[in-house]
Amino acid sequence: MTGSLDHRTRLALVMIAPAVLMIVLLYLLPLLRILGLSFTEEPGALANYSQLFTSDVLGRVIWTTLRICVITTAITLVVSYVMAAALTLAAPRMRAIMFVLVLLPLWLSVLIRAFAWVSVLRGNGVLNNALVSLGLIGAPLSLVRNETGVIIGMVHYMLPFGILPLYAGMRTIDPRVLNAARSLGANGLTVFRRVFFPLTVPGLFSSFILTFVFSLGFYVTPAILGGGRVMMVAEYISVQVHETLEWGTATMLASVLLLTVFAVIFAVGRFADWDSLVGKGDE
Amino acid sequence: MEAAARPRLSRLVVLGFGWLGLIFLLAPLAVVFPVSLTPERYLSMPTNGISFQHYAKLVTDLRWSQSILTSLAIATLTTVLATLLGTLCAIGLWRLNSRLTRYLRVMILAPLIVPPIVHALAFYRTWIDLNWLDTLMGVVVAHTVICIPLVLITVSTSLSGFDRRLEQAARSLGASPVTVLRRIVVPNIAPGILSGAAFSFVTSWDEVVAVLFLTSRKVVTLPIVIWNSLTERVDPAVAAVSAVMILATLVAVAIRLTLRKV
Repeated sequence: MTGSLDHRTRLALVMIAPAVLMIVLLYLLPLLRILGLSFTEEPGALANYSQLFTSDVLGRVIWTTLRICVITTAITLVVSYVMAAALTLAAPRMRAIMFVLVLLPLWLSVLIRAFAWVSVLRGNGVLNNALVSLGLIGAPLSLVRNETGVIIGMVHYMLPFGILPLYAGMRTIDPRVLNAARSLGANGLTVFRRVFFPLTVPGLFSSFILTFVFSLGFYVTPAILGGGRVMMVAEYISVQVHETLEWGTATMLASVLLLTVFAVIFAVGRFADWDSLVGKGDE
Repeated sequence: MEAAARPRLSRLVVLGFGWLGLIFLLAPLAVVFPVSLTPERYLSMPTNGISFQHYAKLVTDLRWSQSILTSLAIATLTTVLATLLGTLCAIGLWRLNSRLTRYLRVMILAPLIVPPIVHALAFYRTWIDLNWLDTLMGVVVAHTVICIPLVLITVSTSLSGFDRRLEQAARSLGASPVTVLRRIVVPNIAPGILSGAAFSFVTSWDEVVAVLFLTSRKVVTLPIVIWNSLTERVDPAVAAVSAVMILATLVAVAIRLTLRKV
């Protein structure tokens, strides 16, 4: 009996080994090396990390990153909340259609989505041309190659990630609970504030984690829609490695970014609904 | 009466905003179709007739056609490797089912959480020493590592709905562990394996951050050509390739939906 059990365990270990070895040797070790390099790379740990407080350029980059992340996350959460609620309220057939439409962009290249926004937002792009020809504005608005464009593109990218956990949470709310509150005399606003909203808080935290964490390290969309004028941390790391060859600064920033991501997950993660993040993603 | 009418109104308002959100999500993507038909050599809406020259370029221009083939090769190899390793790992973890597996699972899911720019840097530094820079293999290995967690999640979700007693029954009837795996477990979790494979393919096909660090001249993927075109001078061929990719996605989603209904 124990012999066969050992055999089963051994087989299971053999099945796990290739993936685990690959992740440990070719992923986790390289990551640890980056953390290590941030201390050992010239001109040394103290000089590398003190830049966080002394370098004006770096200070601006970090401030820009945080500002864009907070604004993007806030807009994404509000819009996601309404859209998740709309999905929950819609009739079954319409809900299925809306759900597919929400998921569709997830399958599309981030580059193509950024390009689509470039075509819409450019000075002589679709939106400006339409507004000018309608006579609503005199001169084209500056919507791209600045923070406005970056935030529009980022919100667009993050929306499905914001909607899915919220929708998963709202779907599990028993409508009888809401009816009970209503029959006890609560008006619509009170039902929302005292019953519906509190039940959606775990989903809200899950959406927050996904949106905020993805925004912090986002590279592609800010680089394209910012057009080199809006520098966020990820692009700055890339410039340090590819152009100025400052490995000390690059690895230090990568380490700070990684630790920030883990700190956010650790701080907020206990309130989140992890099942909605990891499981049930594929309805 | 009034109490009944009010929630109905708020429901309509919420639904209306929901559709506005969907328009925001999808309308910009529709713009690439007219832009892709412009007869001009620069990005514009077609005003003087339409032209398919930018679609032809995807096939005739070596820069585009070569990169499409390279991306297809990389995505295919990555999908095979990641699906194989990820599926085996998910089944192994499901069978072990001990406390250790929780930590292993978190460890394997790391590539989903770590910002892409950080792991691109990590791959780059290590690939320099392994002499894997600017090689097909270097990109495939990096993509496989990134895709394994996606397969692990979808297969694990399928396994959580799979009745262990089926496996026990097959074993008690004398089937060997490999037979049980091949004839009982794998067919039952096939949907999870297939969605893991689809996620892997799309992820590898689109991946740009790691490739920007790991390749230079010899290996040029489609996302790199698009990236260069977007950061330098926007070529309307990007609109053509976008239109093709959006259509392909629509077709894939439609096929998937009809298959599920059958």
